[in-house]
Amino acid sequence: MDKVTIGIPRALLYYKYKDLWINFFEELGCDVVVSCCTNKEILEKGKKYTNDESCLAMKVFMGHVDYLKDKCDYVLIPRYACLVKHEKLCTNFSCLYDLVRNTIDVKIINYNIDIEKKEDEFYAFTGMGLALGFKYRDVIKAFRKAKKFEENQRNKRLLRQKNILGKSDKIKVLLAGHPYNMHDSLIGKPIINFLEANGVQIIYSDLYDKKYLKSEVERITQRNYWTYNKEIIGSISHYKKRMDGIILLTVFPCGPDSLSNEMIIRNVNDTPIIQLVIDELNSEAGIITRLESFIDILNERRKIHE
Amino acid sequence: MNKIISFPHLGNYSVPISFVLRHLTNYEVKASPPITKKTIEIGSKYAPDSACVPFKYNLGNFIESLENGANIIIQAGGGCRYGYYSEVQEKILKDLGYNFQFINLIDSDHLKVMEVYKTFKKMNKKLNFVKFAYYALLTLLMIRYMDKIDEIIRSRIGFALNMKNFTDNKKKMLQDFSKTKGFIPLTIKYFKYKKLFKNIRILKPKDCIKIGIIGELYTAMEPFASYFLEMELAKNNIEIKRFTNLTYLLFQKKKMKRKMLRGIKDYCTYTIGADGMDNVYRCKYLIDKGFDGIIHTKPFGCTPEVGAIPIIEKICSDHNMPVIFFSFDSQTSEVGIKTRLEAFYDMLMVKKGR
Repeated sequence: MDKVTIGIPRALLYYKYKDLWINFFEELGCDVVVSCCTNKEILEKGKKYTNDESCLAMKVFMGHVDYLKDKCDYVLIPRYACLVKHEKLCTNFSCLYDLVRNTIDVKIINYNIDIEKKEDEFYAFTGMGLALGFKYRDVIKAFRKAKKFEENQRNKRLLRQKNILGKSDKIKVLLAGHPYNMHDSLIGKPIINFLEANGVQIIYSDLYDKKYLKSEVERITQRNYWTYNKEIIGSISHYKKRMDGIILLTVFPCGPDSLSNEMIIRNVNDTPIIQLVIDELNSEAGIITRLESFIDILNERRKIHE
Repeated sequence: MNKIISFPHLGNYSVPISFVLRHLTNYEVKASPPITKKTIEIGSKYAPDSACVPFKYNLGNFIESLENGANIIIQAGGGCRYGYYSEVQEKILKDLGYNFQFINLIDSDHLKVMEVYKTFKKMNKKLNFVKFAYYALLTLLMIRYMDKIDEIIRSRIGFALNMKNFTDNKKKMLQDFSKTKGFIPLTIKYFKYKKLFKNIRILKPKDCIKIGIIGELYTAMEPFASYFLEMELAKNNIEIKRFTNLTYLLFQKKKMKRKMLRGIKDYCTYTIGADGMDNVYRCKYLIDKGFDGIIHTKPFGCTPEVGAIPIIEKICSDHNMPVIFFSFDSQTSEVGIKTRLEAFYDMLMVKKGR
């Protein structure tokens, strides 16, 4: 059998599950192509396929799928509907598969995760492996290995962040937002670069031990039900005491963020917070000015406290 | 201090809602003041920027009713962002310095009868389950009848000789309904008004234009939020089929899910969240039934609908079906919508060859 090439768009859930995905397919003996870093061209292409009111991350995603169009046999587009019982994800994740199927002419490899309908990760990945024509035993083995690798990687990164948190005495800022916004080279990278150039130590909200998630979230909000937003809120209430400031990074117009960030801003009063909303027309200069003054405030605050 | 209970507007459904509240609690019931331009202005002043428009309307409603003397307010939940409205709104209002009690009727996505009962029991100690069930069922029946009558009105009002006949009688009907005491009187009233609305004289051309209105639930139901879109269409002699109403949400949605997914399996494999998939199905339904055009309405930033729109566009372009999208936010001007509607209407006329 010829080697199958799987394309993975470098957007949205890629930043959450990249270790799992890449490892799983490589373990099965597929070639994996990851689309290039986001740039203006990809965004322009993505805009063609989406409604103009879609969120920026979604537009970027469509651009990446378009980029992969003739570079692979299948593009991986999973559907995530529900990860924890009685909780939800943004509806964009549940319409992603159908959206791409109707707008872009590509072959799609897909899996569906919906815990409330008892479709969990294991079930989904084995189903996908079988659909690609691999043997059941190989698929299970690959999935287990990939899962283990993912966990190791995560722990490594977590440990690195813990070390930084203990050692560094620079100004520490918690960058809170969805990983697909923070690590995207068009949305979050300019902000990260600017902060690092100005001697700020960034702590990422996606690197955080979820052991006490429930109790930590409840300190800020009781009825929030978006799994990914809960993770952000949990990390904020986990880290906030040790931080000089918090940056809420979101894209326009993000549905869950619009309400959940409002709640964060109203309920976290002991740490300075700034909310940055990025849209497709944003000039970097505007954001940078706001960041500069935010860093100045943090510096002054530190001096007073000392 | 006597307790006054209030709730946000949802089209004409304020009648059954205040009916059930009046009978199940011993508080004074006062619906929010009618929605005006001021409501939305207040609402968007205090709401987060990119929150969707229903949030702003609801918040405006709340502030106006609190100013009006209410001290208990009720919010429901479920669906998409709507489920999280209550907590954020409560926080915003408390931060504004209002003193009130906030009651959240539905916590999770699914309506649980016992939980609603417990909430009412807390408000009214004397309430027993039989009474609760009696009035809940009566209210549901009232909603069902209202929707049925609404359907009749909608298909006829455009061709009426005197539109006032309909609107006045509807007001009278709502008043009558709100005074009802039991199932049998309600049913008698329903048949009386059904006959009345069916007998109002209309002038209907044989092949009139038929348009289906689909879209997000709040803008599709709330007449003011959709700028009397339906009245505007009726003036142009257009027959309207509208979909989302409370009957659909409460009774039919669950039953129809499988059937809908089967019907549109070429376009949708999974549900899209909230009413996204339902609207794609309605699109297919309208095409199959030979309608002339589709109007899709949604508030600005409605995530499920934004996801559904490219799919709707695809299905419509595959079947050569005219479709127009309206997105309402707090700044939408009525004139702009009228112009676009006229253009759409002209296009339909040309397409029909008149």
